[in-house]
Amino acid sequence: MTDLPELRPTDDLPAAERDALIASMRPEDAERVPELHEVDVPEELRAEIEQAMSRYPQLRSASIPAMWAVQRHYGWCTPEGIRQAAAVMGLTPAYLEAIATFYDLFRTTPAGRHQVLVCHNISCWLRGADDLTRALCDAAGVDAHEADHDGATSADGEIFIKGFECLGACDIAPMASIDQRYYGPLDADDAAAAIEQLRSGAEVLPEKALAKRPVAGGPEPEPDPRVAEVEGDRGAPGSGAEEAARS
Amino acid sequence: MLFRHIDEPNLRSIDVYRRLGGYRSLSQAFKEIEPEDLVAELEDSGLRGRGGAGFSMGKKGSFLPHGDMEKYLCCNADESEPGAFKDRELMMKNPHQLIEGCAIAALAVDATYAFIFIRGEYWEVADVLDEAVVEAYNAGFLGSNILGTGSRVELVVHRGAGAYICGEETALLDALEGKRGNPRLKPPFPAIQGLYGGPTLINNVETLSNVPHIIRNGADWYKRFGTEESTGTKVVSVSGCVERPGNYEIELGIPTREIIYGLAGGPLEGRRVKAWFPGGSSAPVLTETELDLPYTFEAMAEAGSMLGSGSIIVADETVSIPELALRTARFYHHESCGKCTPCREGTNWTVKMLERVVNGLGTPMDLDIIASVQNNIMGNCLCVLGDSMAMPVGSMVRKFRGEFESAVEGVRVAA
Repeated sequence: MTDLPELRPTDDLPAAERDALIASMRPEDAERVPELHEVDVPEELRAEIEQAMSRYPQLRSASIPAMWAVQRHYGWCTPEGIRQAAAVMGLTPAYLEAIATFYDLFRTTPAGRHQVLVCHNISCWLRGADDLTRALCDAAGVDAHEADHDGATSADGEIFIKGFECLGACDIAPMASIDQRYYGPLDADDAAAAIEQLRSGAEVLPEKALAKRPVAGGPEPEPDPRVAEVEGDRGAPGSGAEEAARS
Repeated sequence: MLFRHIDEPNLRSIDVYRRLGGYRSLSQAFKEIEPEDLVAELEDSGLRGRGGAGFSMGKKGSFLPHGDMEKYLCCNADESEPGAFKDRELMMKNPHQLIEGCAIAALAVDATYAFIFIRGEYWEVADVLDEAVVEAYNAGFLGSNILGTGSRVELVVHRGAGAYICGEETALLDALEGKRGNPRLKPPFPAIQGLYGGPTLINNVETLSNVPHIIRNGADWYKRFGTEESTGTKVVSVSGCVERPGNYEIELGIPTREIIYGLAGGPLEGRRVKAWFPGGSSAPVLTETELDLPYTFEAMAEAGSMLGSGSIIVADETVSIPELALRTARFYHHESCGKCTPCREGTNWTVKMLERVVNGLGTPMDLDIIASVQNNIMGNCLCVLGDSMAMPVGSMVRKFRGEFESAVEGVRVAA
């Protein structure tokens, strides 16, 4: 691959320079689809992407799964990883880069080894998400404001914290997604413990994992009113129907 | 109905699900019922889409043209509406109920490929689904020769990667086709031209989870729950300032007060309800005086709001409404895909103005401008993401204008 000039955000350029740059771009200069022999795709990554492609009626549908595979393999969507996926899929790297930058969960810059996403949307905010973010950031030693907006990685490269939009777990607010698993409700002590556990490689907050919650919604009054008790077969309608939603 | 057995240990495994009567509807549907009759039964049941729009599922299914073209079924599991978390629990605890519903719906509309588009954040839920799909394939409930009938349904779990907009049906289709999730111009509606250009039925997780129950027990049985216009039960997600946030399955039509106070335990000790979203953060807020309205699609619409996805978020009197409006607007600003100008710029400027108001830098003019920006977004975009900000923010400025004014005034007096 040829050496590319150093890239600078076009917002930083003076208008004249920017205009000259745009004028210099020609469609035929756009990077074409890389050939497989031009990139060095790890066997495992290639197999994973090809398997994803085989599951859809149209190959392009595998572009999101392919980016997941790249991110899993390299820790983030690296430019080289994107080129490799593009070669396997027969797409231009630009196409896949557009995918990687559109979706919030794909990272196009290096980030910490462990990923902590803190929900800062309405329901979590109402129950103290801002305090939770601060506690996590204090424990990890990153700037809370930066983490809440763009995400921030701790100095040792271990922990990446980012404020995130609704993660769909308002029943355990305030909550966070830690390495793709949900935990909540979390207080400041939990936050400190979680960061400590991530650093030491211990199991994270076993008692706060969503997967282990028997019933969402906190302590249950008896009898369980959440279940609309309705049952019936074609032959016997009416059994217990009126009891639906008793409270 | 949907939550029956939800806390049965290991309900997510196919053995437990079958022991409790699971997959009986599927076998009935594939062996005994004509596909047209399935659609008719669903239409007759009055089942309305549970994703937000509340459109009749059977009617949507009947819009799909007949013929040899490839048709598709998509299950929308991109649950990203702030306040909604019902689909997560339904899939995590009872994945087979959804798979059974998908297979039956696919048969009803003659779709060979069915997709469950699940948001990327639900990684662990998608793991559960993946496992359940493998079990269903092994048991012969999915695949190329279902239960020996020769019918074929392939089910693929497709993980998204974090974009609220993909919950919009046409953006979901774009994402599934491997593009950036941008909404398409409608019409043509997906039922006519959807995934890969083929007719596509798109339904929410909860809607499809209802299907096995309707097929098994009949439309007449289903209609006995709820009200005439809003049949069946609904899983309601209650969150925010309440004692027991969680998912509750209710019969449509019970008073909202009963949901918030009875089921969810009411506001925290000594507090009162100040404002509540009846259907996720996209619904205009209602106030304490509207708590006794029956919880139905119609009553919420009449009150100027909507039932949407059935997610109630409660804010008590300690909550500042301007700050609540700012949180709401920030979300839509972040999630706007940028395709349509009114939404992209409208959400941006609404956030900037609300930030000014909250930080004491607002002017009295800002409130009118905020209100007029909302009016200019409504109905002017390809999808309703912009409207989804305009409606709640507009309603907050209208109903709690005094609070916004004192946020502006307070600073002027202090200065």
